[in-house]
Formats: sequence, C-alpha cells, structure tokens
Amino acid sequence: MKPTKTMLTAAVLATAAGGVSAEEMTIVSWGGAYSKSQLKAYHEPYSEKTGVTILNDDSSAEAVAKLRAMNEAGNITWDVVDVVAADAIRLCDEGLAMEIDPDTMLAPAPDGTSAADDFGDLLVSDCFIPQIVYSTTFGYRTDLVGDTPPTDICAVFDLEAYPGKRSLEKRPINNMEWALLCDGVAKEDVYDVLATPEGQEQALAKLDTIKDSVVWWSAGADTPQLLADGEVVMGSTYNGRLFSVIEEQKQPVAMLWDAQVFDLDGWIIPAGLSDERKARALDYIMFATDTQRLADQAKYISYGPARASSAPLVGQHAELGIDMAPHMPTDPENAKNTFLYNYEFWADYRDDIDAKFQAWLAQ
Amino acid sequence: MTETKNDAAFVEFQRVQKSYDGENLVVKDLNLAMPKGEFLTMLGPSGSGKTTCLMMLAGFETATHGEILLDGRPINNIPPHKRGIGMVFQNYALFPHMTVAENLSFPLEVRKLGKSEREAKVQRALDMVQMGAFGGRRPAQLSGGQQQRIALARALVFEPELVLMDEPLGALDKQLREHMQFEITRLAHELGITTVYVTHDQTEALTMSDRVAVFDDGRIQQLAPPDQLYEEPENSFVAQFIGENNTLEGTVKSIDGDACLIALDDGSEIDAVPINVSQPGERTKVSIRPERVEFNKDRLHADAHTLKATVKEFIYMGDVFRFRMSVAGNDEFIVKTRNAPDAVRLKPGQEIEIGWLAKDCRALDA
Amino acid sequence: MTDASENTGPMLAADGTPLKQSLARSLRRQKLRALMLVAPLLLFVMFSFIVPIASMLFRSVENSIVQETLPLTVEALQNWDESSGELPDEAVYDAFVRDMVVAVDNKTHTRLGSRLNYEETGMSSMFRRSGRKMGKLDPETDGPFKDQVIEIHDGWGEPKTWAVIKTHSPAVTNGYFLNAVDMRRTPEGAQAQPEDKQILIKLFGRTLFMSLVITASCILLAYPVSYLLATLPMRVSNLLMILVLLPFWTSLLVRTSAWKVMLQQQGVINETLVWLGLVADDARLVIINNQFGTIIAMTHILLPFMILPMYSVMQTIPESYTRAAKSMGATNWTTFWRIYFPQSIPGIGAGSILVFILAIGYYITPEIVGGTKGVFISNRIAYHISSSLNWGLAAALGTILLAVVLLLYWVYDKIVGIDNVKLG
Repeated sequence: MKPTKTMLTAAVLATAAGGVSAEEMTIVSWGGAYSKSQLKAYHEPYSEKTGVTILNDDSSAEAVAKLRAMNEAGNITWDVVDVVAADAIRLCDEGLAMEIDPDTMLAPAPDGTSAADDFGDLLVSDCFIPQIVYSTTFGYRTDLVGDTPPTDICAVFDLEAYPGKRSLEKRPINNMEWALLCDGVAKEDVYDVLATPEGQEQALAKLDTIKDSVVWWSAGADTPQLLADGEVVMGSTYNGRLFSVIEEQKQPVAMLWDAQVFDLDGWIIPAGLSDERKARALDYIMFATDTQRLADQAKYISYGPARASSAPLVGQHAELGIDMAPHMPTDPENAKNTFLYNYEFWADYRDDIDAKFQAWLAQ
Repeated sequence: MTETKNDAAFVEFQRVQKSYDGENLVVKDLNLAMPKGEFLTMLGPSGSGKTTCLMMLAGFETATHGEILLDGRPINNIPPHKRGIGMVFQNYALFPHMTVAENLSFPLEVRKLGKSEREAKVQRALDMVQMGAFGGRRPAQLSGGQQQRIALARALVFEPELVLMDEPLGALDKQLREHMQFEITRLAHELGITTVYVTHDQTEALTMSDRVAVFDDGRIQQLAPPDQLYEEPENSFVAQFIGENNTLEGTVKSIDGDACLIALDDGSEIDAVPINVSQPGERTKVSIRPERVEFNKDRLHADAHTLKATVKEFIYMGDVFRFRMSVAGNDEFIVKTRNAPDAVRLKPGQEIEIGWLAKDCRALDA
Repeated sequence: MTDASENTGPMLAADGTPLKQSLARSLRRQKLRALMLVAPLLLFVMFSFIVPIASMLFRSVENSIVQETLPLTVEALQNWDESSGELPDEAVYDAFVRDMVVAVDNKTHTRLGSRLNYEETGMSSMFRRSGRKMGKLDPETDGPFKDQVIEIHDGWGEPKTWAVIKTHSPAVTNGYFLNAVDMRRTPEGAQAQPEDKQILIKLFGRTLFMSLVITASCILLAYPVSYLLATLPMRVSNLLMILVLLPFWTSLLVRTSAWKVMLQQQGVINETLVWLGLVADDARLVIINNQFGTIIAMTHILLPFMILPMYSVMQTIPESYTRAAKSMGATNWTTFWRIYFPQSIPGIGAGSILVFILAIGYYITPEIVGGTKGVFISNRIAYHISSSLNWGLAAALGTILLAVVLLLYWVYDKIVGIDNVKLG
C-alpha cells in the first residue's frame, strides 16, 4: 500500500512540475517595432486565451546558426522561430526545421478556403508558415533630390541627376538584380542572366559605376538613420522601416515603389522538439496565423499579411489612426512593378556570387 | 651675497625653508655650513626633514625659501644634471638593463668622454671598491653588498667633489653594514670628497661622521662631532635620540654658575649642570647616561646627592650588566655596569642607593 | 637522528614505513588537495577553451557527410575514372538511387546538397529537387536507373557532378584549408580560385597590417597617458584611471556607434571643420566606412588594454632611477631614452601582444565603421558561421588565424624575448 502511495505522490508532483513548464514557450523574432507588433497581435491574445507565458528572444538574425548549434548540442530551447523565407528554406534543407502540412496544421480561411490555397504561392518551403510580405525598396531625402524626385529604381545608378551617397546592403542579393534591371536586362531574364559568369560580371560592372558613392549597410536600422542624418540621398531598406521614418518620425523622406523586391517572413518550428512542446508550438501557429490575427498585425507595422483572406480586414494604424492599406507592399497601387525574389536561385548561387561580390567590394 | 658668504664653506644652507602643501613647513629655517672634505651626517627620525634637505641639495626638490650655495655659487636654479653631485640611493638605483660596467660608464658617456678613457676610469672605480672582476654582470646577479659597492663606485666614477648618500646601508645586514661603514669612510677620506650622509641609524652616524646634524621637526637640533653629541647633548631630544638615556623630571631649585640643584617630582634632590635652564622655578628634564650611574658608594663624592632605587630587573648581556630600576617614580631607569671581576649582580626587589657625578647630569629643557 | 645513523637500511619514518614512501604519500595528499581546489577552473578551461578549439581544429578537416549520406555511391565511384570525360556506368546510378532513397527518408539529402553547393554552384537545388522524385523509386524493381535519374535532373548527366562528389568524398579533407587560402580542391588537385573570387589572402594581409597599425597607434597614445598615471600623485592618477576605464562601462556597440556620429560626413568633426572654414562644404572628409574609421574606432576601444599593462610596469620603475641618471649628469631626454624607456619596454610588449591579438580577432567594430576596405578576416569568419553556414571554412580560417597568432608570438619571443613581457 505504502509504495503505491509514494509512487502516486511522485506522479502527481511530476505532473505538477511538468504543468508549470508546460505554460511557457520561447518565441524568437527580430526585436524592435516588429516584435512589438507580434506581441500585440499574437502573443498577448494567445496568452490571454491559453494562459501560456511567452518568452521573447530577439535572435532571428542568427537563427540559422544558433539552431544548427542547438541541434548539434542536442538541446533545443526555442519553440517557434521567426525567419525570412530564404533562411526557412536553408533550415529545411539542413533538417533543422519541422515540415508543416498546411491543411492539417493551419487554420482555413473564414470562408472555408484551405490554408494551402489561402497562402498560395507564398508557401515557398515545406517547413515555412508565411506571416508577412515585405519589400526591400528605396527611400530618398525629399530635400536633397531637387525638383524631380526619383520615380524609378534606376535613379540609384544615376549619379548625374541625383548626386550624393546612397546606401546599399552589403550583400549581393537584391543589388545584383537591380543592377541588371538598370543595365537593360528584362525583368523576366534577370535570374537567367545572373546565373552566368558574364551576367555576374555585368551586374558588378554596373555597381562599379556607383561604388565610390555607396555606403554599405549590414543592419536594418542603418539606412533609416543615414537618411535621417542626411548622410545619404537614397538608400535601400525594408518598407516598414521607411514607413516609420516617414509617418512616425516625420523625416523629409519619401519612398520609391518601383522594382521593390518582394520577400516573405514567417515562422518555422525547430525539428526535434518533444511531442508536448511540438503540440504547443503547433497550437500557437494555428492561432497566430489565422486570417484575423495576420490582419491585426498590420495595425502596428506596415507589412502585408501573407493570407489573401486577410487583406480586406486591414484597418487603421493603432496609434497614428491612418489607413494602413495604402502603405502595404501588397496594395495594388504599390505593387505595380514589383520584383519577385527567387529563393531557389539564391540558395544555389549565394556562396558563389557572395565570394565574387566580396572580392569586388574589397578591390 | 658676498658678505654672507662663509669662505670656508663648500656647501651652505642659508635660512632654507621647504613646504610641500603651502600649510606645513617640512624644513624650518635651516642654516648649515660645511667645509670641503667634511663627512657630515644628517641624522633624525623619519619625517624630520633630513631627506628633504638632501634632495634640495641634489636639486630634486626646490627650496620654498632661502638659498643653497655650492662652492659659493647659489644653485637654486641649476637643474640637477648640471650640479655635478654624486649620489648613492637607498636602493642603489642601479640600472637593471645595463651591466655593471655600463652603469659606471653612463655618467662618463653623458660627459662625452672617449671610449678608452671611459674604460680606464670604470676599471679604476671598480678596483677601488674591489669589484674589478664584475664589470660584465647585471645588477640582479649581484648580492646586496656588491650592489652597494657598485652604487658607490658609480657615484664616484665621475669624480664629483660632493657626494650625497641617502641611507645607503639600510638594506644590508648588520655585519655587512659595519664593514661598508668602514669602506665608505675610508674612501671618502682617501679621495678627499665632501660627503653628506643621511641615516636614521645613530650608530652609523656616530662611527662614520666628522660632524652629525641631528634633525627633528624640520630643524637641526644640534650640530656637533659625535663625542660631543653623545656626551653633551644640548637638549632633551638629542639626549633621548642619541644613545641610551635616563630622564628624570623636576624643577630647578637653585642655580650657581655651572651647578644647579634640581628638586625631582617625588621630593628628592639632585645636582646637575644647567644647560637649558636659567632661573629657579623652571621645569626641566634631567638627563643621565646609564653607564654613568654609580651604586658603589665608595666611588661617589661624600656629599653627593643620592637617590633611592628599587631593582626591577636584571639583564645579563655578556660584556655588560643591565639593570632596570624604579627611581623617583621612573620605572624605566636603566643602569649599566661593565662585567668586571668585582661586578655586583643585583637581584630584583633589592633596594639600593644610586648617585652620579654632578657633571654627568644635565638639566635640559622640559 | 641517532636512529637513522645507526640503521644501515632505508630511512624509516616514526611508524616504521620507509621514509620515502611516507613522504610520497603526504605529498600526494597535498597535490590531490591542490588539484581539488583548482578542479573547477580546470574543468572550466577544459570546456570553454580547449574543447572548442579542438572542435574547431576538427571541423576544419572533417568531411564525413558525403560518405555517410552516399556510402554505396562513393564506393561505386572508386571504379570510375573522372578524367575520362565519360559518365559513370549504371552501377553508380544504381548505388546512387539506393543511397538517395535512404537519404530522402532521413531528410539528409538536402544537407548534403548544401555542403556540395560550397564546391559547385547548383548542387543545392539539384539535391532538393531530385529528392522527392527519387525517394519514390524502388531500387529493387524500378531499374535500370541511369536514364531515369538524368531525366529527373539533367545535372546528373554531367560528368562534372560526379567528379565533385568523388573529389569531396574523403572523410578528412584539405578542401576547407585550400578554400581559406583562395584555392580549391579539384579532381586535378589543388588549384587557385578564379581571380574574381580571391579575397581571403587579401583579408588576412589586411587584418595583419591594420592590427599592426592599431597596435602602433595605441602605443603612441598610451605611452604618455600611462606615464602620467604612473607619476602623478595618487589622487589625481586615480581620477585619470577612472577616465581610462570609463569606456569599459559603456557597451562596445554604443562606443562604435558614437564614432559613427563623430566621423560621418554630416558628423561632429566634419561639421566643426566646415564651420571653422577649414574644409569646404562640398569636400567633407571621408573618415568613416574605410580603413581610417576602423583604425580610429579600434584604437579608442583597445587603448585601455595598452594603458593598463604599460601603467603597471611604469609604476614599478622607481623615481630613484631617473634621479640617479640626472645626478650623474644626464639631461631629461637622455634620462628618458637611456634609462626610463628601456625599463618600460616590458609594458609595451605586454600591451602590444594584448592589443594585437584582440585586434586581429575583432569583427563588430570593423563591420560597423569599416565600410568595404576596413573589414577584417573575422568578418568573413562571422559570415561563414552565421550566414553561409560553411562552418568548415570558418573553422579553417579560424585555425589559420590561430596559427598566425602563435607564429607571431614565436617571432616576438625570438626577437624581444617573452620574459621581457610584464603585466605588472
């Protein structure tokens, strides 16, 4: 009788202990205004509904390397991770992210459309649950461009009309595509040309024409700061960052909606979680990526919801009270001439072109 | 300037004062004149101002007020490296990155002497301190005594007329120190150098010097040859500081020329020589050396005053016996007798009478 | 004493055991206790220093992924001559399908694709795209496979593809080290990288050169400061010391960003110069996003590491040395140059080694203020760790950097002597 009782007590205690940890999960994201928008739109309502405490970790920039290290150490401490699509593909390739079946693991649209159809083409990897659509585009100083503000992307390469420094990201992705576009390559041919050594040389040669006037950035906050300081005339960055410089900080900056590169950001669940944690992560994903929740996020930051069914629900900015729809990269007015990022191309060519790009930079 | 110049003086301090903080004087009104070739020791407790005086003479400190003359020339505004004064430091200050020979050669190099001349002088200086074979060594490879010799040789190698030594033997053990005391005085006299020597060790001061300046509280308390200093201290500080001394406190009862009568605080009376007292009623400290105290009545004047003493302790020291006694309320009264064949060994608790010659007992300032 | 002299045998302790044995026992106990005391530190050093370095050295040559993922293919490829220009025969394709079925099941084929993509662009998508279709084949019944596999992706019909797999199949490879010095492993042996991809040697050279410049400018700036610290009265020098240490209380990123604000073209320095009329408004100085910016910011950040050892050495140089020299007739300059400076060299040596080794591994500051010409090899290491995930190459670069530091240390020891280094 006695041993049984002891065992029973132990079991109760274990459950209780497990119960406490079961109420916590670690979600990794990018920090700053972006994490705040997720906190308001997803974390707070989810905690309220389920009682789960959400711990934030702003490590998305090193997510791939850290997940690989955790995987090797056999101790994965993250439950859900926010990454860009390219990283999601990489994590999936490396076997570090879990595969997701959209039809069983994600909520359908309110009108019954399956999640797979609702996300459509944006499901670029088996492991990736898209969350937002963002654009990498150019902002420019309205007071430094004279009477003819730039209207197309090639203004970046036009030092005569727009003298002064411009900031570009210190990596080949996007810059190579823009260089080819402005060197007369048709949009649909860009990646075919870039796949050849000659095409890569062509792109670098085009970049070479403005190399002395470029400030290279590596953190997303750099270009907004450089624009605000007047260090550069124009610079590439994410559209949400520019929205904040223009609408929240009221700097003399405007945005160029031309040949902006469409990209995705979303969730992955690390491979190798315990069943219990996996179930919790999936429960969170199911909640946080439904139609209403994705639309809610757009109240706090100017990134477009990844579901087609969310677009009509986008309302006003929570604090500024302005309509968010016209600031979305997905808005038809903004999306007249967009450039679609080719994930597979860069997964293949990234190492090769990056080496050439860095060698070119160091010349 | 010329009228105050003392022709015999090679080094002279005239009313020199020194203050570091503008509030307290470390050296108060120092006057001192040294003839050429003299070995003068500045002796005093730490903080008495003796090292400061030496540093002012060397040029590392500037006098706040007053004049320092070297061979008749005021040197207040001459930088140290132009004064041509040799110096031996407390920790020798041998340059660790140079060999012994290089150390000695350094003052000659800065004087732009030729190589062969330098080598000859270095060798001569090393031979002079019996270190001729050590030129190639580094200072760290030498013992303390050897380093001391090298420091001495280095201070002498450029043939300065004045050499300053700042407690140069402080780091050596007793035996070596005694040996070096002898060496230094021998060299100083042989070479006819004027030497200013700073120490807080009174034995060193007494055995080495021509004259000793006893420093206290920023002043020279007494400047005299060693024997005079010991036997005829001019004030109670010097009496206490030099050698062993017994002090009894009392009041002057009467003065008659070279003799006076002192009433001690317990009522007994003694004879003394008046030094710093001038009239009856003055408070005074009476000084008497332990070896001048006599308890064999046969050796005292018949009419000499005696005091009652109780033996507290007997200490056997080999060549001398040392007794601690209680005399006129002073429990630390020391008496020394030579361990002669007829010497008496007093036992603790024994009560005796003690006395001394009136001339050995000096009535000093209170 | 008497016992021992009477005994002719070995010395015995009081309890009769041989003295040697009893001494050894007591010493052993002492050693054991000392070991217990330092055990936490030893373990810490072991796990935080030795193990990571060993793992880095191991990773820089480790390459078992090809053999593990495609064991049968690697074996079958032994019989294929890559210089023939012909495709391998059916046996290789058969083995390949068998390997891929297992790999797709374990989802390891994409990982191998990423690995081989470092060597041959396009391998990543070849493996990813082929995976799904090849996973559905049944090796026992669906053969022959040669044409089917080439049908799935025409890359499998290129002899080059198979040559890459064969070339990189050994479990231990020098490929990463070759890459690290701008070379590559090819079927024909080690070859130089194409010229437009050569960058790492240049970065190594630049890292060394700039670290030397930073070390030299640290010496120039730190020497007078340390001298002041060592000679001023305690109260003043303590205050100065706080100023020296102040930067340590601010985050590295904040300090580096502050330099950005100072040095950029619309920054404090340029604004001041323009305002003073020393520089024309349209000819503002470019003093950031280049080597100059990196040198300034890193000199500032590393300065305390130079000042502290210099200061602690200078503090031990007694004033009596300079006084002695002056008393012997040396002027201020001679005294400094012949007496003070030689004795302060150990401090310079210690500070230089510290600053140089720290500088050579820096990457945050060059990344922020270095632009394109002021970045270090460590920036590439960081890139390969966190972005390209080419950890093997990162490990090889790190190993070379470690070797360079050790080599320089050895050279320093030969020239200056390591016993001439003092931290105080």
